[in-house]
Formats: sequence, C-alpha cells, structure tokens
Amino acid sequence: MRYLPLTPADRTAMLASVGAGTIDDLFADVPADALLSGPVEGLAPHASEMAVERHMARLAGKNLSAGAAPFFLGAGAYKHHIPASVDHLIQRGEFLTAYTPYQPEIAQGTLQVLFEFQTQVARLFGVDVANASMYDGSTACWEAIAMAGRVTRRKKAVLSGGLHPHYVGTAETMAKFTGDVIEARSPVLSAQPDDAEVIAAIDDQTGAVVVQYPDILGRIPDLAAIAAAAHAKGALLVVVVTEPVALGLIEAPGHLGADIVVGEGQSLGVGLNFGGPYLGLFGASEKFLRQMPGRLCGETVDAEGKRGFVLTLSTREQHIRREKATSNICTNAGLCALAFSIHMSLLGGEGLRQLAAVNHDRARQTAERLAQIPGVTVLNDVFVNEFTVVLPADAREAVRSLADKGVLGGVALGRLYPQDKALHAGLLVTATECTTDDDIETLALTLADVLKKGA
Amino acid sequence: MNAPNASGWKPEMVADDGSVQPMTVSGDKGLQLEEPLIFELNRAGQTGVDIDAPKRGPVAGLSKFLRKAPAALPGLTEPEVVRHYTRLSRQNYAIDLGPFPLGSCTMKHNPRLNEKVARMPGFADIHPLQPKHTVAGAFEAIAELSDWLIGLTGMAAVALSPKAGAHGELCGLLCIRAAIEAKGEKRHIVLVPESAHGTNPATAAFAGFRVESIPATEDGRVDMAALISRLGPDVAGVMITNPNTCGLFERDLKKISDAVHASGGYVYCDGANFNAIVGKVRPGDLGVDAMHINLHKTFSTPHGGGGPGSGPVVLSEALAPFAPLPFVQREADGRVHLVEEEEIASTGHAQSFGRMAAFHGQMGMFTRALTYILSHGNDGLRQVSEDAVLNANYILRALEDVLEAPFAKAGPCMHEALFSDAGLASGFSTLDIAKGLIDEGFHPMTVYFPLVVHGAMLIEPTETESRMGLDRFIASMRSLAERARAGDERLKTAPHFTPRRRLDETLAARKPVLVWKGDAA
Repeated sequence: MRYLPLTPADRTAMLASVGAGTIDDLFADVPADALLSGPVEGLAPHASEMAVERHMARLAGKNLSAGAAPFFLGAGAYKHHIPASVDHLIQRGEFLTAYTPYQPEIAQGTLQVLFEFQTQVARLFGVDVANASMYDGSTACWEAIAMAGRVTRRKKAVLSGGLHPHYVGTAETMAKFTGDVIEARSPVLSAQPDDAEVIAAIDDQTGAVVVQYPDILGRIPDLAAIAAAAHAKGALLVVVVTEPVALGLIEAPGHLGADIVVGEGQSLGVGLNFGGPYLGLFGASEKFLRQMPGRLCGETVDAEGKRGFVLTLSTREQHIRREKATSNICTNAGLCALAFSIHMSLLGGEGLRQLAAVNHDRARQTAERLAQIPGVTVLNDVFVNEFTVVLPADAREAVRSLADKGVLGGVALGRLYPQDKALHAGLLVTATECTTDDDIETLALTLADVLKKGA
Repeated sequence: MNAPNASGWKPEMVADDGSVQPMTVSGDKGLQLEEPLIFELNRAGQTGVDIDAPKRGPVAGLSKFLRKAPAALPGLTEPEVVRHYTRLSRQNYAIDLGPFPLGSCTMKHNPRLNEKVARMPGFADIHPLQPKHTVAGAFEAIAELSDWLIGLTGMAAVALSPKAGAHGELCGLLCIRAAIEAKGEKRHIVLVPESAHGTNPATAAFAGFRVESIPATEDGRVDMAALISRLGPDVAGVMITNPNTCGLFERDLKKISDAVHASGGYVYCDGANFNAIVGKVRPGDLGVDAMHINLHKTFSTPHGGGGPGSGPVVLSEALAPFAPLPFVQREADGRVHLVEEEEIASTGHAQSFGRMAAFHGQMGMFTRALTYILSHGNDGLRQVSEDAVLNANYILRALEDVLEAPFAKAGPCMHEALFSDAGLASGFSTLDIAKGLIDEGFHPMTVYFPLVVHGAMLIEPTETESRMGLDRFIASMRSLAERARAGDERLKTAPHFTPRRRLDETLAARKPVLVWKGDAA
C-alpha cells in the first residue's frame, strides 16, 4: 500500500493512545448491520504501480488518438499544438497539488495567476471584467443566461440556431427546473447565419439573446446588428465563443456590443481529453459585476502595503449567501485556467493573431480541396477554422467509413442533431495549425473514395 | 530590463515590531522571490511560439469581420514565461509540501501515476465526438470506474457527467425533481440541516426548490425528531451530509431514510466526506437515493489551485431512470456503449432529465480516479478510511486538553476533528491560530465552519500523513493554542514569514480591482 504511511506498529500505538481496542471502536456510530466486515465483495484487491499502468495502457491503446490520424474534428473541442512548457509548468507540485486559495498569504502564486487570467480573458473578449473560470463553455453559457435574467428581471432567452446543441440542451435542462423560457431553433443548412430570425424573435419579455460566434456551422453572425436589436428591447446580448483562437482574427465580441461573453477555453493549453476537464470563460460589462457567478480574484494590499491578491466579492457566493447565492458553483477550473494562461502568455496578442491566421489558411485550403470532390459542396462563404460541407448522403455513414480507413474526418451533424433529418447531410470540418498538406490530401482522397462506394 | 519593483512597493528597513530587517534592492530575500505581473513584463509584439506564416490571407468575405488590432495581451519568450510561472509557483503552499488539514474540503497525496496515465495519448488526445468505435477503450475505462463506484456505494447506477461536487448535487436534485414530476406530484420543499455546506441550500434553490433548515442536536447531529415531524406531502426530500461536517456519523440516517421514503420523499446524501467510510460502509445500505462523490477528495485527483473537480452521482433504483445524458451502459454480453441523444428512444431512457453539460464528463479525472482505485483495490480502500479516521482521532485526543472539543466526550470522531474557540484569551480568535499555523509551515484547518460551533476549527488530516508528520502538526497546534490562551500579541499579526502579510480583504471587496489596467491611457 504505497500511498499509506502508517505502519502496523503505528496503528497499534495510535489506537492505544486514543483509547480504542480495535479500529472498529472508532466506527462505533455506524449501525452494526451497515458496517462491512471485510473488503467489498466482487471488487479487485490492490495492485502494483506497474500492473495498474499496464492495465490502463491497454485501455488507452484501444482508442485511436487524434495525433495518430488525419484529424478534422471540432464542434466545441479543438486540437491545437500545446507548447511543451505548458504541461511542464502545470505539473509543478506547487500548482498541481495546491488547494483553493482560501489562505491568501500562502497562495499568492495561484491568486496572481488568476488575476492575470481574468485580465487576459477580459482583453481577449473585449469586456471590462472576467471571472476566475467556470466548469466549461456549456455551463458558463447557462450561467450567462441566468445572470441576464437576474439583471433584466425577465425569464425569456432567445437562442440562435447557431448555438452548439449541447449548450442548448444544457440550458433547456436547467430552464425546465428554474421556470426560465428558452426559445431555441434548429440551424438551417444555409451560408447565412440566422441573424434575421433571432432579431425577429426578440420582444420586450426577452432578457437574454444568445449567439455563438463563430457559430456551430462555422458562420459568423453580425453581432453589432443583433446587439442593437437586443438593446432596443432592453435585452442583454450573450455571446458564446467555443473556439477562442478565432478571436485572433475576428473582432472581440465586447467591441461589437456584447454585454456578457462566455466561452470554452480548451483550445489554449488544454488537450482534447475526451471532453473534459475543460474551462469555462466568463466575462461581462463591469456594471453587472455584482450579478456575476463564480470565483473572482481581486487586487488589494497586505499589512505592509505590498500589492497582493485575494478571492473577493464572496457575498455573491454559496458559502455566504447559501440559497440566495448567484450560483451554486463552488469551484473553478483552476489548473485548466493556469494552462490557458500560460499558453496565452507564450502567444501574446501577436502570437494569437499569427496562430489564427494559420488556422484560417489551413481551413481555407481544406475547404477548397474538398469542394473539388464531386457531390461535395462547401456551405460557408465565410469561416475562420471550421466550416460545413454538404455530402450527397448521411454524413454519419461517411464519418464511420472514413474512420475505418484511419481518417477522423469531422463531426457529422446527425450525431449532434439526430432528430433533424434536414441536417444529416452536413459534415462539420475543422482545420488547425496541426493540419498538414498530407492530412488534407488524405481526407480528400479518402472521402472521394468513400462517397463513390456509397453511391 | 523591467524594474523588479514595478508593482510599486519599496523594501522596508523597519518591520512592524520595530526590529531592523535587512533590505535588498531587488525586493527579493534570498529564495523568497517577488514577481511582477505578466503584463508588467510585456514587450510589444513579442511571442514565445514560432508559428509558420500562412500561405495566403483571409477569404474575401472575412474582411468585414477582422479585428482592428491584436488583443492587448502580453507576449514573452519561453525562458521568460517559464521563469515567471516557476517564481509564482514558489509562493504557493501545496500538498507536496505538507498537509492540507482543511476539514470537509481536504486533499490527500496526489499519486503521480495518475498524472502519467491521464496523459496517455489514448486518453488525453481523443475527441469527445470521435466515431464511437474508435474510442472503445475510453468507454471501457468509464464503465470500469462506474462498476467501482456502484460497488463501493451499494447503489444501482452512476451518472458521470457532473463537472464538480456542486454540479453533482444539482444532478441529484434534478433527478429527484424529475421523479416527483413523473409521479404527478407537487413537492417543493427540501430540508437541509444547518450544519450543511453552503452548496446544499444553493443547489436546492437552483433546482427550483424552497429550502427549510433543520436544527442540530447538542451532540452535533441532525435533529431526527424535528426532521421527521416536518415531512409531508410538500417535502421533496432531505439533503444530509454523512459523515457530517462536525466529523460525526449520522447514526440515525437509516431511520431518517425510511421515514422520508414512507412520506414519499427522497434522500440526497452529500458525499463530500465519503473518504471517511469508503470500503467500510455503503450509503446504499442506509437508504440513500442519490449521492455525489468528489473525486479529488476520496479518489486523489489533483485540485490544481481550485479545480477542475468531478462529481459523479450514484443513484438508487428509484432515481436511476432519470439520470442525465450521456451515460455509459454495459450490456449483458459485457460490451460497453455510450447512450446519448441519438440512442435515448431505442434504449428505453426517455425519462432522462436531459443534458447537464457538453460532452461526457471529466474524462481526465475519471482516468486518474480509476488509476487510484485500482492501485488501492477493495482492501486498500478500506485501509484508507481506517487510517483517515485513526489519524483524525489521534489529533482529536492530542489536542482536546488545550482546545475545546465540543463533541469529543461523547465518543470518537470520523475523518475530522472539530474544535471551538472557547478558552482563548479575550480578543484572540480562531483566525489568529490559523495564521499562526501558517508561520509554523502548515496550511490552516477549515475555520468558522460548520456554523453550529463558535469559532470552529475543523481539522482533517487524511490517511496520507505519517505519524511523525501528525506529531509535528500537533506540536505546532499545542503551542499555538497555548499562546492564544495566554494572549501572545505576536499571534495577532501572524503570519510573519510569508511572501505577503495579512491581506486587506475589505479593501478588495469595497473597491474591486479584478483586471490589470496599468497600461490604460
């Protein structure tokens, strides 16, 4: 038992010193019929480090990893190159094994990182303030809808059809229980995002207008127009960014009228990890600060007047306000926020611009190549690093056949919208700086082959 | 080169006790290093990543969407970035440096095998929407973890998608709400003991329930008579932490569960303290309907300065049909598959209350927790609880003569020992002992929680502390308790030896500065 420092002699001596005859004397409050007399049956006994590693490696080996195949998936989770120093730094024990910074005198490392992170997120989004991170993009999106409801005292949220369907699903689940009204719509396979439909749906009951930027099909909505329409009716514009790298190229939502900007931060510093842990980004206009959910780190001074950092405005939070809190959230995504912040510090504004430009270039080359395949149409006029192609058949079949040939060719819209047959020909394709010319050629040749056989 | 004191403070010659301190020009003191903000180290246009130039510019339609200027974010070269974060890391306390005796919150040792496994490309570099047949090993790993969590808790099912403990609480309460609605009932009250963690009432409110508080008895447990007398057709259920936040086992939980079930309600158990009983007691045997498990606390996943968490929820037969999407299901033939929106109709899961978050949960935490569980096995996990409880009692008995321990006379504690501030000199408080502990080189215990004890000090050592380490901690605590009883004024200005002294939290809240604006025009 390599993780248990007490020796049998320690246990005997310690039991004697606490006045217990056996260990079960210390479990005396457990009803006798509920106290197990031995290890839980049907489960395995302890194993050596080598044996556990071998077992886990065998499970890992059954998966086709993104780095082992031409890879074109996105839809809210992106494969980017993570500089080696990021993972090295987050594995320093002082970061990895620190708890929540409740004692600021011995947590200035974590706290200063969070203050820097908040500033980076606010500047990336073009808003006044940001929090210390949320669970992920989808939960941050719901929290933004709830916050807009508190600010406007209105229960209705209008969601663009371009919002990630898992984000819509999360909001719909929560709204069922809170009494909020979610007006969602399905996307349509059109080059134009649904700005006009969203604007038409805003009325004077609407508290939140939620738009993804770029949207689930890779299109770019006109935020300024939607912001104007929302504000004219007294609603707040919530903008959702699932691919923060895109903001190296396109304008920050806060500069286009967004009141609350949330996002998924996984693209920077955090691997794909099969969907988690990721980190939710949450920024807003300063005038709504007291309604924000989640942890906030603030600057202050110590008893000697030196600058320092603390968790602050906790009167919004559950441990003080209990059932009146702005959210029940009790954590952030500290380690993922650290990884995001380190990657962002390596890139800087200029590096992020270059990274986005390369992403776009790779996506443009991919789109142009796929458009040459008979029967394949590229839907988008405009995109950053993710776009939709329309195939002559259900894209789920094509994705499966591609995978059988060792190509991870994109996300079939049928996986995301099983109920909506009109979308099933759609295939969402993403390219990043990791995408090589060879990957693009392999995808194009294999897809052409798969479609020919399917026809 | 940037001035090391760009943050604006000047090194002092004279400390607050009047003694002369050695002054340095840099502000550093040997290995105690100051570090400016990354923004103060910025040089415009610098970057630490070499990126190939794009072959072409943007597509024509993109021009109207382009940024006017790059985001005002600092870029540094790799050596500067590595040094910045390494210097910052040294201002943190961590479990690698010493114990985190934070009652009801704590951390145990984080095994490094967990980190190695979570980084295997077959786990770390797979996309959540890859074709399912390309990630069979991931579903198997999730199913193995599910089997262990179900086995260890004696429950019927587990929902793995909640992102953290509080998210798991929400999952459990939404299952309860869905079950009530499926029966066509209207129950809107959730009973929460006053010793509960703040997330419990916040979660119940978030799930659309009204919260009513249940008092504690004088021996630190839920007042069963008060609770049972409040049950009725408007009560959806109760939220009980077991072992509770006084470090005590709720002896009457089974009787409470039976009464709640008889009245048509459900029992939510806050499993934050499951680490005290894993392998010894199965919550399913106590009539629990739903319980979240904080993987970091019981199963050693790293807390990383405040997350990410992971909060799987085990469910009884009664609540299992309402579990959120997606989940992993093991078939009779042993094969494992994922049930998500595509499959709900065909697999008979139409009662699921829906999705709580994108994708499938905190996979990176699942692989770490499973690695830890396999390392310990069923015998080792039992030893884990026994050692955790033994260590806590060892501390309780070693300190009860110098600190008031309100529940100690009645019997042993479970995984954490609770003390109050009774007996400290006038003007001395729990906070002074906590800050004194920092000077002694330890992270303080949980303070001022639970609220049922005045000036609470809640100490949870975990099983990964050695006896020698406990003795060192006890020696420091005894010294501090005696100093606080004697009125040693030096304690009131502690900590003295940290990178920062006591920080002005009132100023931070009164004039919030949440982002750096040092370059504002």
